[in-house]
Amino acid sequence: MSTSTSHEWPLWEVFVRSKQGLEHRHCGSLHASDAKHAMQMARDVYTRRQEGVSLWVVASADIHASEPHDKAALFEPASDKIFRHPSFYDIPNEVGHM
Amino acid sequence: MDAPQLPLLLHLADNCLVLGQRNAEWCGHAPVLEEDIALANHSLDLIGQSRLLYQYAAELMGKGETEDSLAYFRDAPAFRNFTLLELPHHGPLAPSGSSQRDFATTLVRNFLYSAWALGAWSSLAQCTDKQLCAIAAKAIKETTYHWHHAQNWVVRMGDGTPESQQRVQAALNHLMPFTQEFWMPLAHAESAQSVGVALSDAHSQNEWSSLIDAVLVQACLKRPTDSGFVPSGNRGIHSEHLSYLLGEMQSLARAHPHAVW
Repeated sequence: MSTSTSHEWPLWEVFVRSKQGLEHRHCGSLHASDAKHAMQMARDVYTRRQEGVSLWVVASADIHASEPHDKAALFEPASDKIFRHPSFYDIPNEVGHM
Repeated sequence: MDAPQLPLLLHLADNCLVLGQRNAEWCGHAPVLEEDIALANHSLDLIGQSRLLYQYAAELMGKGETEDSLAYFRDAPAFRNFTLLELPHHGPLAPSGSSQRDFATTLVRNFLYSAWALGAWSSLAQCTDKQLCAIAAKAIKETTYHWHHAQNWVVRMGDGTPESQQRVQAALNHLMPFTQEFWMPLAHAESAQSVGVALSDAHSQNEWSSLIDAVLVQACLKRPTDSGFVPSGNRGIHSEHLSYLLGEMQSLARAHPHAVW
């Protein structure tokens, strides 16, 4: 038998850019046999209501995610570093909105 | 006297409506969710194309005709679609009934038809009838996608597993002879000439063949001979399957003829 043990198609993450100038945003995932197929399905599943002008598909297996149990070590040390927020300056009125 | 382009409009519209209705039978039954949505999208594209064509035909016909009267209140012999498009989603020996759906048959039909439709819409986008030109220009974009979708699947299944290869080849062997109708001297040839196009001529047949052949080579499929029985759905002589399809599609409108949303 072949090395393939699963009849499931691999999972792909879909990113849609809603209009020119904006960034691609993650909008969901789907199953497809390869990138071309995933692109075709992404068009059908995620852009039926004029949601996008551009699509990216990325194999979910290629995304490396942070581990939930590392959350404390990764993110909590930032919680008391309020000096990293540029909120201690008086912005002159002439500068306007920043 | 009827507008000269009327038979052509009805032929095109009936093609779209009948295939749209047929493919909609996959809704809720496709092998995977993503394909279910894709096939429903196709149907909505096709039904959208048929609506534009029926609306235009009804306008030319006058006498109170509407898109709905053309879609729901004509019987099978009045329909002018290609026989290919009304066939069920299975080969000749399967039991009839809509519970029998073979995905390969569906995709091979879409493959053969969308290649024809691409050529037809491209010619019509150059025709002298402005309204038909605009409909064709819209339909080309949708049909290009249908062609890509079907072509992709034919290659995947043809060059896939022995099972998928066998199924797609069987579907091709079954459906190919029905494409002969694409190239018969058309009942509405004069109607096409009236808008300045020659549909289904030798030139378009060659283009269609080269589109199909290039994909079949890639898909490791054998092109079957397309000889034998020549259907004539575009003259109103249909297979038994059309009346069942219309029976299901038209029953609601006929039971409640003045119903509105």
